[in-house]
Amino acid sequence: MALVEVSHLVKRFRRGGGLLRRPSTITAVDDVSFAIDEGETFGLVGESGCGKTTTGRCILRLVEPTSGAVRFRGEDVLAYSPKRMRAARRQMQIVFQDPYGSLNPRMTARQIVEEPLIIHRMGARAARRERVAGLFGLVGLDPAHLERHPHQFSGGQRQRIGLARALALNPSFLVLDEPVSALDVSVQAQVVNLLMDLQRQLTLTYLFIAHDLRLVEHVCSRVAVMYLGRIVEVGPTGAIFAAPRHPYTRALLSAVPIPDPDARRARIVLDPAAVSREASLKEIAAGHWAEV
Amino acid sequence: MAGAPLLSVERLTTVFDTASGPVTAVDEVSFEIRPGETLGLVGESGCGKSVTALSIMRLVVAPGRITGGRLLYRGRDLGALPEADMRRVRGAEIAMIFQEPMTALNPVFTIGDQLAETLAVHGRASGRGARAAAIDLLDAVRIPDPRLRVDDYPHQLSGGMRQRVLIALALACRPALIVADEPTTALDVTIQAGILALLREMKAAFGLSLLLITHDLGVAAGICDRVAVMYAGRIVEEGPVRAIFRRPQHPYTRALLASMPGVPGQRLTAIDGSVPAPGALPAGCAFGPRCRDRFDRCATTPPPDYAVGPEQRAKCYLHAPAATGVPGPPTHGPR
Repeated sequence: MALVEVSHLVKRFRRGGGLLRRPSTITAVDDVSFAIDEGETFGLVGESGCGKTTTGRCILRLVEPTSGAVRFRGEDVLAYSPKRMRAARRQMQIVFQDPYGSLNPRMTARQIVEEPLIIHRMGARAARRERVAGLFGLVGLDPAHLERHPHQFSGGQRQRIGLARALALNPSFLVLDEPVSALDVSVQAQVVNLLMDLQRQLTLTYLFIAHDLRLVEHVCSRVAVMYLGRIVEVGPTGAIFAAPRHPYTRALLSAVPIPDPDARRARIVLDPAAVSREASLKEIAAGHWAEV
Repeated sequence: MAGAPLLSVERLTTVFDTASGPVTAVDEVSFEIRPGETLGLVGESGCGKSVTALSIMRLVVAPGRITGGRLLYRGRDLGALPEADMRRVRGAEIAMIFQEPMTALNPVFTIGDQLAETLAVHGRASGRGARAAAIDLLDAVRIPDPRLRVDDYPHQLSGGMRQRVLIALALACRPALIVADEPTTALDVTIQAGILALLREMKAAFGLSLLLITHDLGVAAGICDRVAVMYAGRIVEEGPVRAIFRRPQHPYTRALLASMPGVPGQRLTAIDGSVPAPGALPAGCAFGPRCRDRFDRCATTPPPDYAVGPEQRAKCYLHAPAATGVPGPPTHGPR
């Protein structure tokens, strides 16, 4: 059974509006459905503004969806009371993109990682301290640096602190929102390896939101491609990268720079007119769906 | 690609004065750009690649200052030029494209006015002629409906279109060399592909040379003739693009290429540690502490350039001739 099931998710934002002007509505997430199996890494890719981050936040109800359903272990998360939702967040956590903006600069690394344990009343002080030190070791940080503030850590180390915080409550599901895109190339690989190791070690399920397609191909077992708020193609990563079907997926994949001076690939430019708003997802091969 | 270099940078050194003393951001950087050639300057954030670009344009401002080296453009020493002459070089001879298309344009003037200003400052055109020239330039960089767009303000354009305007601005005075500092980093991948295609096209159409600064090895592979890899203020390896990607000779270049996503599901080959802070460089080779091939000599003095192939050089003691009598590198073949 799927661990996370998203069906017909819609999020609309009202924008603008004033004394004399009517507000307009923007549909950031437009009827999105997918299911993530336990233990898998499900990739959500697309370009800026396609709705991938909003989708991730809607699943955790950090942004309230307009309509649709999000089921976690079969239960509808959107029907939860605020209290029940808070309890459910022990199971579902998020790691943010920006390791500079997502850690409170006035707190020490210990306080940052310990905070979720305090909020969720997990353990006494001594047990919490032990847990925090254990988490620090788990993500490859030196527990001797627990009393440091975020600015005393490098970008990669900061992202490890964010990861330790997300893991503090022993979640089974993590939304990873561009977890390495703010990091230098030489540090990205360290954090990607850590994420893959932790997944095996702790049997974690990941929703991996990213725009770097090379990375997505590397870490995800299945991938969904978002365009203008909709999933236009979804399926096993290998199948999508080998035989993309939707015109947008083709354009996107053809634009990825290849680190090989002899690789000359014809760039496919998307003709927006080729994308029909009336199309619906159809299964074109086992588990591989595309809007046609 | 034979002939005299258009630009030679010789032992360029730029430091920043800080409260705790001068910090060397660019450390004796040397390279040449030949007519019609694209050189990629590749490195991670803080390695000094942007400061190198600003130094070439003589746009480094306090607390930064150029403390050594020569910049020869068509044989002329740019460092010796009075500022008024340098201003004529900027734009007309060497133009720059900045990373942030949002901030590099003035938000209160239309893009047509900004193009016309550049043309007028350099005495290329004025009045109605400048407007016509601006429209031609917008057309050249493939902005649809240039006649309408010329009256747009920057905020009315998308990021990709703004970057095209910046390219038009750089092309306005028909320079021979364009310095492009991360011109596609802020853009989505499909937009990036369009901008890179445009740069290639403009290069061919105007016989331009290009210094492309990027952190993305994929971008460098797709557009550069030669690549220089920077680490902690120094060029650690330089060579023809194929040699750099097929036969990298510096451990840092090898490690960067190896750390890129490859076989799905497999662990990536990460580089341990992180880039040293400028001003806190280790003695000897700056990459030494992170290098898997390091040996005793690496921690002594920074390695000089060694020739490692046709037109390829690397700053690594692994390539020191054995005849020098020092203990040789550990024995293992190239990976």
